[in-house]
Amino acid sequence: MAGRAMFQKIWDDHVVADLGDNFFLLHIDRHMMHDLGGPAAMRDVHQRGLRIRNPELTFATADHAISSAQGRAGTTETGVRLLDGLRAGARAAGVRMFDVGEPGQGIVHVIGPELGLTLPGVLLVCGDSHTCTQGAMGALAFGIGSTELIHVLATQTLVQPRPKTMRVCFEGAMGPGVTSKDLILHLIGTIGAAGGNGYAVEYAGSAIRNMGIEGRLTICNLSIELGAKMGMVAPDDTTFAYLKERRFAPSGELWDRALGYWRTLTSDVDAEFDREVEIDVGRIAPHVTWGTSPEQVLPIDGVIPDPGAMAQTSKRTAAIAALAYMGLEPGKPIAGTPVDWVFIGSCTNSRISDLRSAAEIARGRRVAPTVRAWVVPGSEAIKRQAEAEGLHRVFTEAGFEWREPGCSMCLAANGETIPAGQRSVSTSNRNFVGRQGPGARTHLASPAMAVAAAIAGHIADVRSLGV
Amino acid sequence: MKPFRVLSATAAPLLSDNIDTDVIIRIEKLVGMTDHSELGRWCFGALRYLPDGSENPEFVLNQSPYRGSEILLAGANFGCGSSREGAVWAMMQIGLKAVLAPSFGEIFYNNCFQNGVLPVALARSAIEEIASELEPDAGRAVVTVDLERQRVVSPRGKEHAFEIPGLRREALLEGLDDIGITLKREAVIAAHQERDRMRRPWVYEIAEVRS
Repeated sequence: MAGRAMFQKIWDDHVVADLGDNFFLLHIDRHMMHDLGGPAAMRDVHQRGLRIRNPELTFATADHAISSAQGRAGTTETGVRLLDGLRAGARAAGVRMFDVGEPGQGIVHVIGPELGLTLPGVLLVCGDSHTCTQGAMGALAFGIGSTELIHVLATQTLVQPRPKTMRVCFEGAMGPGVTSKDLILHLIGTIGAAGGNGYAVEYAGSAIRNMGIEGRLTICNLSIELGAKMGMVAPDDTTFAYLKERRFAPSGELWDRALGYWRTLTSDVDAEFDREVEIDVGRIAPHVTWGTSPEQVLPIDGVIPDPGAMAQTSKRTAAIAALAYMGLEPGKPIAGTPVDWVFIGSCTNSRISDLRSAAEIARGRRVAPTVRAWVVPGSEAIKRQAEAEGLHRVFTEAGFEWREPGCSMCLAANGETIPAGQRSVSTSNRNFVGRQGPGARTHLASPAMAVAAAIAGHIADVRSLGV
Repeated sequence: MKPFRVLSATAAPLLSDNIDTDVIIRIEKLVGMTDHSELGRWCFGALRYLPDGSENPEFVLNQSPYRGSEILLAGANFGCGSSREGAVWAMMQIGLKAVLAPSFGEIFYNNCFQNGVLPVALARSAIEEIASELEPDAGRAVVTVDLERQRVVSPRGKEHAFEIPGLRREALLEGLDDIGITLKREAVIAAHQERDRMRRPWVYEIAEVRS
């Protein structure tokens, strides 16, 4: 019998009941709740006459609908109502909440690992598709809908079909100016936004082994944009060193016992995967999207594709619509496209290493006068760390706005939008139609590439700045 | 949840790939929502309306034979993106009861079943063939989705078999709710936790050791 993949080991340990037909009732170890979905879900549980079964395994914070303005003066009325709803619901249910201004508050997928709540081998869910981010800790983590959220609160379990397994091996060393964001964008461009449908993806290979936790979190974050509900990286010494001494991580004898278990979680050498993909990272350039799906992506030295040359009807239809929406012409280089906004933040790229890499390029330079540029740290802890390192001054001196932690312009549910027709280079995860505001045009890129665009005033190759 | 058995209705073709849940319903419509019935007006808002707020005549669901369609023929990865269940609620509000696509965003796919909407995965060639048989001028755009027999019947009567997880099929046919079923399994959940607590105590004993 073949060995088991990490995914299979973690899945097996969470099976409460085999429901047949490849469906399983799974135990949920960690449930993260945010201001957008949390208040209504807790109200629905109550209205159905149910109770929250294990409030000690649920953790809440506000990130989606709160403003990122300094002093949060710009908080929308809806944002305030949701924040109050989350506070009241969490208090009544006995759920631990990390409130605005406290260390601990931040984007759910940023604070889970940061607080040591997200551990190797746990099954973690949240009512947000980018929960897959947290698989980078060696966890099985995925996003759920509203009804599933009520199911988790009431039963601490979920009914799920078992996905197939895929392993993506990123091999080799990244070139200058290339980041984990470019690796995952390249993968999505290569196998498509539906390439991961039905799979749990394990990211492996030398490039992943040599990567820090924060780079791995960025890779796993975009698993959902690959069509995979979950993405993960085997826990290793990098993971354990990151977790040790974290605020809610196990300590003492519990740490030792946990560590012994965590070391058993890696895929067996003879594990078989339903699909394998290998990517040579040495050949990857910095990437930027041109369309309205993350699969519509190019190396920075590429030209905007011609829909007429696309064989598949549905791809051609999508490309024609995307070019019209984005206001771009086929055959022209993507570099040099003028930019109005730059957004550095989101659960993809708002961590301290992202801010450091952005600040390194921004230092001593100026944002182009035609560009408005924001930096939104992913958590209160990251904001404080960045300020302790003086990064906020590097940004503000270069002409960036330094803001409070939250999701901000990634999903634009907080009144923070790009005006219609304006163009943004964003470190977030979605270039969908209207994602950053009705009519907003979004190009996804790494923090380094976002800064390069802010400085140049147009989409630019970060390597031209001598990185 | 209403049972789903056999549906014969007008089908509308929206064959672009990667139609995401942001396009199906914008986030701010969900943030401000007090009741699902408000969402119908905004369903597919990005496609349905022009920048001045008027209807886009190019959008399929704004065209006379397709307005009020109960079945959607879609491209690959339909419902990808955000986990928002509001996408399914919005589609239900404009009367959509089934979506036929080569593949689906997985969270969206799960959310459909939670609400009695049937997502049918069919080969791209089958979807394109069915779409080619729609004859809106002659008023022949009716497709039958038969969950009992697991068949889609095209306007010209060709049958396409489809697969669906048995558990999902039975729940839809009976209109059953996952939460109600799981609540009856309390004993097995409690037993699992008790065993698991011995094996992985750090999962349950969460101490704030440092702040």
